[in-house]
Order: sequence, then structure tokens, then C-alpha cells
Amino acid sequence: MRQIKGDLWPITSPQRTSKQQEPNMRLRSPVDGLQGSQLFEDTSGAAHGLHRGNQQAGPQAAGLSSQSILSDPMSNMALAYGSSLASQGREMVDKNLDRFIPISKMKYYFAVDTVYVGKKLGLLVFPYMHENWEVSYQKDTPVAPRFDVNAPDLYIPAMGFITYVLVAGLALGTQNRFSPELLGVQASSALVWLIMEVLAVLLSLYLVTVNTDLTTIDLLAFSGYKYVGMIVGVVAGLLFGRPAYYLALLWCCAAIFVFMIRTLRLKLLSEAAAEGRLVRGTRNQLRMYLTMSIAAAQPVFMYWLTYHLVR
Amino acid sequence: RMLPSREENMAFTLYSLIQAAILCVNAVAVLHEERFLSKIGWGVDQSVGGFGDEPGVKVQLMNLVRSVRTVMRVPLIAVNAVCIVLLLLFG
Repeated sequence: MRQIKGDLWPITSPQRTSKQQEPNMRLRSPVDGLQGSQLFEDTSGAAHGLHRGNQQAGPQAAGLSSQSILSDPMSNMALAYGSSLASQGREMVDKNLDRFIPISKMKYYFAVDTVYVGKKLGLLVFPYMHENWEVSYQKDTPVAPRFDVNAPDLYIPAMGFITYVLVAGLALGTQNRFSPELLGVQASSALVWLIMEVLAVLLSLYLVTVNTDLTTIDLLAFSGYKYVGMIVGVVAGLLFGRPAYYLALLWCCAAIFVFMIRTLRLKLLSEAAAEGRLVRGTRNQLRMYLTMSIAAAQPVFMYWLTYHLVR
Repeated sequence: RMLPSREENMAFTLYSLIQAAILCVNAVAVLHEERFLSKIGWGVDQSVGGFGDEPGVKVQLMNLVRSVRTVMRVPLIAVNAVCIVLLLLFG
């Protein structure tokens, strides 16, 4: 065990101070992670080394420890411990967060660009001319939304939700009913309705035993597309009065109804029924009813969440 | 927690969603297997239907009830105890 020469530091001669500045600079490197543990030979340093793969610091630490042992071995060790603790903590957070919210999968839903957003918004308001509604695949994985208009994304629903909360605050302000808490109330209320809708759709999909590749996040995206129509309706109502609100809302309700039917038809129904041919059997009938009710719930929610905003 | 009813049709908060969820899960958990579910034909032994491809809505529902009761039995004890203590303390 090497003796700590650091305790000689307050008594050093002036000629040694200049030499001490240099090793001080060198100590700022991350390599001194293991120096502290080598000084005191505790096993936690070895454990940290195993976890973090810091073996490359080992031989360097041996070489540096001869000049290292000067000012403040305590701060060195504290620095080493703190940095290793922080990196361990970050690893644990990443691992646990990935279990609850699949971060890598979410990145797929946000891979959008301006052209896609523009086309999708146009589709949401005017879906009648679009012909090919199938999602294109690339070697069994769906193509990113950037390359395919039909793929669901989470960017538009997220932005739509935030814009809806802001527009609702604006609308309430024009009625002199605004207060900052109301923004939070609106946001949590809309979020609760969204969660309940997604849960209801999940439950009904489970009960009807539909074999589909729709994930929960896809359902969340589809349920979030109605915020675009709501915003259009409320803005029209604010600008031009109540009849304009009803007209715009009616148009957007019809549009989102057609959009949902055409999108869900390909995912929920069997191949034959999706092409429009009449297929018998209770199972197909149930699936058709399910698609229709999911699509019909959207206009209901759109009206329910906006009618109190336009008076 | 009281909001003026004029302001919002149904001012839901996440807290009320959690409350509703706990109440619903409690309601499913108190359905007794022998005394009640078998009497109305929703027992475990009656859910082994055909081995075809379609289990049907009723069988799926029975399976759901049974699995919720099995899975949530122990966590519900903890959640209900916490709820009772919190409600007693904070009203």
C-alpha cells in the first residue's frame, strides 16, 4: 500500500508548488476514477470497474498514482464515486424506463417530416379522394411515417392535443371564463377521455378476438387524430360564430368518420371483407360492427369535448 | 375537488379515473366463483367451449373475469388498504 504523500501538501516548499499544478491538471481526466480506490484499496472500486468496464483505467491509474497523491484524495474519491454512481443511476433509469415506455418504438412514431404532416392533415380533413390506404411494409416492419402517408404517427396527435388545450383556453377567454387552472382542467379532462377511449377499444378488440397487428400506440394515434377536426371546428366558431362552428364540425366529423372506417377496415376485417364484398358469418359481422362503432365514437367525442367552448 | 358544474360538462381528472378504476376492479374481484358465477353459468368449468377458432364473446368475458380475479387479488389488498388510510386521513 502506497503511503499518501498528500498530507505533506500544506508543508511543501515553494519549489514544489509549480510541479504540483501539472499533476493537478492531469487529475481532471476521467481516468482518475480508480485512483481513489487504489489509494484505499476498497473493493467497491473493483466492482465499479467490472460494471463500467473501466479496465482501461487500471494500468493508467497505476502509472499515474505515483504522481497523483497530492491535494485532496478525498475529493478525488468523491469525484470518482459520484461519477460512477451517476452513470450507474442513468443505466438503471434507462433500463427501467425502457420497460414501461418503449423508447425505441416511440421513435418510429415521431419519424415524420413536413411533407408527411401536410399530406396527413389534408387526409384528415378531406379523405375522399385518397385511394390506396394500405400501409407499406419493408421486410416485415412497417415503413416509417416519413415514407408512407398511411402509417400512423404520434406527432400530429401530440401537437393536436396541446393545440386543443390552448385553443380551448382561448375560447374560454373570449367568454370571460378563463383562469390558468382551467387549462389544466381541460388538459386532464381530455386526457382522461382519451385514455378511456383507448381502453374501451382495447377491451372490445380483446372480446371479439380480432387477430390484428394494431398496437396500443397505434390506437392512441388513431384516437388522437380527432383533435385536428376539433381544432378546426373551434377556430371556425371563434372566427365566424356559431353556425360556422356547426358547419365546420359537421364537415370534420364526416371526414374523420370516413378516415377511420377506411383505415380500420384494412386492419380489423378479414381480407375478403376489406375489399368490400359481403361476407357472411357472425364473426365478420361483429368485426364490422366494431369498426363502425369505433368510427362513430369519434364524432361523438368531437362534439362532446367542444360544444361548451363555443357559445 | 368540487368544480362549478357550469364550467365543464364533466371535469374529469386523472384522480377520478384512478378512483373509477379501483372501484371497477374491486367490483370484479368480489364476484365469487362458487356462489355466484357458477349459478349463472359463468363458472370456470363452463368456459371450455369448442376448440375451434372462435371462442365467442361470452367465453372471452368469463376468461377476463377469471384472470382479473386471479391476478389482482393480492395487489388489491394493498391498494385498498392504502386508499382507506388516505381517505381517513385526508377525506
